[in-house]
Amino acid sequence: MTKKQQPISTKSEWTFELIERYDQAIAKEAAAFGLDTYPNQIEVISSEQMMDAYSSVGMPLNYNHWSFGKQFVTTQQRYKRGQMGLAYEIVINSNPSIAYLMEENTMAMQALVIAHACYGHNSFFKNNYLFKTWTNASGIIDYLVFAKNYITRCEERHGVDEVEKLLDSCHALMNYGVNRYKRPSPISTDEEKRRQEVRSDILQQQVNELWNTIPKSGDDCDDARNKPRFPAEPEENILYFLEKNAPLLEPWQREVIRIVRKVAQYFYPQKQTQVMNEGWACFWHYTLLHALFDKGLVTDGFMIEFLHSHTSVVYQPPYDSPYFSGINPYALGYNMMRDIRRICENPTPEDRQWFPDIAGSDWLKTLHHAMENYKDESFILQFLSPKVMRDMRLFTVVDDEKKTNLAVSAIHDDSGYHEVRRCLAENYNLGSREPNIQVYNVDIRGDRSLTLRHFVHDDRPMGDSADEMLKHLHRLWGFNVHLESIKGDAVIKSYHCPPLEAAQTAS
Amino acid sequence: MSYIIDRRLNAKNKSSVNRQRFLRRYKEHIKKAVTDAVKQRSITDLDSGSEITIPNRDLSEPIFHHGSGGTNTRVFPGNKEFHAGDEIQRPSGGGGGSGGGKASDSGEGDDEFTFQINRDEFLEFLFEDLELPNMIKKQLRDSNDFKFQQAGYTNQGNPDRINIIRSLRGAHARRIALSGSTRRQIRALQAEQDELLTLESTAPEPARQQRLAEIERLLIELKGKVSRLPFLDTFDLKFNNLVKVPSPSSKAVMFCIMDVSGSMTQSIKDIAKRFFLLLYMFLRKGYKEIDVVFIRHHTQAKEVDEEEFFYSRETGGTIVSSAIALAGDVIEARYSPADWNIYIAQASDGDNWDGDSDACRELLMKRVMPYVQYYSYVEITTDEHQNLWFEYEKVRSEFPDSFAIQKIESAGDIYPVFRELFQRKSA
Repeated sequence: MTKKQQPISTKSEWTFELIERYDQAIAKEAAAFGLDTYPNQIEVISSEQMMDAYSSVGMPLNYNHWSFGKQFVTTQQRYKRGQMGLAYEIVINSNPSIAYLMEENTMAMQALVIAHACYGHNSFFKNNYLFKTWTNASGIIDYLVFAKNYITRCEERHGVDEVEKLLDSCHALMNYGVNRYKRPSPISTDEEKRRQEVRSDILQQQVNELWNTIPKSGDDCDDARNKPRFPAEPEENILYFLEKNAPLLEPWQREVIRIVRKVAQYFYPQKQTQVMNEGWACFWHYTLLHALFDKGLVTDGFMIEFLHSHTSVVYQPPYDSPYFSGINPYALGYNMMRDIRRICENPTPEDRQWFPDIAGSDWLKTLHHAMENYKDESFILQFLSPKVMRDMRLFTVVDDEKKTNLAVSAIHDDSGYHEVRRCLAENYNLGSREPNIQVYNVDIRGDRSLTLRHFVHDDRPMGDSADEMLKHLHRLWGFNVHLESIKGDAVIKSYHCPPLEAAQTAS
Repeated sequence: MSYIIDRRLNAKNKSSVNRQRFLRRYKEHIKKAVTDAVKQRSITDLDSGSEITIPNRDLSEPIFHHGSGGTNTRVFPGNKEFHAGDEIQRPSGGGGGSGGGKASDSGEGDDEFTFQINRDEFLEFLFEDLELPNMIKKQLRDSNDFKFQQAGYTNQGNPDRINIIRSLRGAHARRIALSGSTRRQIRALQAEQDELLTLESTAPEPARQQRLAEIERLLIELKGKVSRLPFLDTFDLKFNNLVKVPSPSSKAVMFCIMDVSGSMTQSIKDIAKRFFLLLYMFLRKGYKEIDVVFIRHHTQAKEVDEEEFFYSRETGGTIVSSAIALAGDVIEARYSPADWNIYIAQASDGDNWDGDSDACRELLMKRVMPYVQYYSYVEITTDEHQNLWFEYEKVRSEFPDSFAIQKIESAGDIYPVFRELFQRKSA
């Protein structure tokens, strides 16, 4: 038992001095657990400012767009009606890492937020492989400054409406603006600005080259099968493809597409690691604040307040509860992180059978390893233990539209563990959440029409937004756009913009 | 290492641009919602902001997504009674969506998007594109409105108005002017020095060396003198000069004439009051310098204050001409047509004492219409038009630009008619 010290504070009001002292105490504990973080920049803000931050997707600055205004208006409305509380914190994956604390919070809540955001999330941002590969924490703020200024300049030069239309289309395709495998090389902002100027010229040249090709007489006798497709390989990053190849875009429009693409790419790891990231942060605020309590640095009252909000954050309502809205990533992540520690410290025979590698190992090392090298999908597939499945009473429901009833395919028992775990991991596979759509072909020699292919998985059809989406694609591409749903080798449904009948009567 | 920063005092309206963009984009929807709001709500409520509802589908930001159908497998927590192989009835309402949990999601998805706009934004939309027509008489007298105009440069001023180019140009000129003679000497000495250095043999050696040393010393001294000239002197500072110029303001007076005779039922009065309240709000919003004269009449007309105009219960028979005569008197007494833009809005049920309508027309043509910018008459009735309307139509044919008559049948007509009357006309 460590020697009891004086509590840092006994009242619920916070002061800047106290925040600093709590931060130092928590930092000390975090260092003892080997949490490696970016420097923290803790900013105290008011609730209105928090709503501002919400509506610019959590970034301290962003370019202007009406959709952020809509977001703001919604947030404000729901907050005023008491339908939602604001998050206690927002933390930004930047270097230094910026964390917002709301002034309305009590001292205990501020400490919880500091532990959660400034040490939990922060260390996750710095060490998880996806963030390391895909995001550039020290460059993001500068890049956003560049983006904001660039888009403002475009608005001055080309009019707000033009830019807004373009951004609408880019935002619609934002989910298809990420590279899932290729790694972009990180560059600094000045570099970015300098390159931008060079880039716009070069880009235009390349596009012109592509379209300027004068058809040779030999091409005419090519039959359809031999015709080379363009692109040679299907391209999953649709925005990238449009930026590089759309024939009619002006250089500034290509640059705007690029900005949206970069922002999408920056947020992509966050979408892929929600469970892990929140689980990690919850695990550490719980562990760090308990460490403070063990040393006597915080009072019983503090702990009760903290535990009250902790338990509500990691609560998982059952499927039949009116509060149920899917699996709570905080709950799942926290349970799994705690469980990994348990498996390391007190393994049962079951654990030894399921996790021979980590049962009985050093929990801190194992946990860090898990945090650094996985994303949600693989993390669940690797570490979800039978105990967590039993505790959360997970079960799998198959909804096949061809059958009248839903079927429970597996539950938390010996024969079902593997199936439940596989399905849960699959639910977190971003690739299967969104329709798999790729750029398939461009009719270079003909009408310049663009063909995309939707590869149908599990018979799940396209949603009703497809026609609307094709209009956006059409706006960027400038010529006819086709979308084919492919199952096996057969086209089962196709969409066209402009609609086929109209196009035919016109021609 | 942590930095703790207090950002609470920073501007909190970082989103206001985005909010404005949003309002701009959905102007059409909001306008419609505002019109609906005016119909539904009592007019005193209108002065505050309003809830605006826009159907969700019109606000959509589409993305590619899966439609319902196919095979979906989802994991749920909190199993109590199920075993592997159990079958569950498909929940209704989910549209065969992605399992039970989605049912509630899609139910909520069709909600309308509701948000609050504040009073100013509301009035902005309410009175957009409306104006007092024919507002022409502008004058400088009594103007409280000033604007600042650029007027050359001064030597004194606030640091924030400093003109850098002028100041530096002045400093440059001063440096040239003050150092002119010194630099001339330097040039002369340098020429002599060059000469002495090239013509080594002609001059006697010691004298030459002595002279060179002296030149060296003089050069250092003179160059020091030049470099001691201050780069920028307070004397050089030039400031942008701004002068206050009164901007012409237009003075306007609005006469509100309301019939409160016995034939005006409570509901007609109510409509009339709402019409005038709307007018009053419009005037207060759009025009800072404006006088409002309230006249109510039955057999006699009386000039009253705002409170009495809207809420007094006095009543009697109807002689419309009394009010028009009073308006004419007030114009003569207080609002010289040379200085004032005069507007009159009259509301009545159209029921007038027989024989008085002629008098109304006479009065209007002679004493009122020549002086007013715009006269609007609303008749609130569901019946046939009566004598007064036809007399007024004659007036309209005389003054087609400045006389307007409209009919209101129910409360729902108030706002459209109001817009009709005060629609901004292209110049």
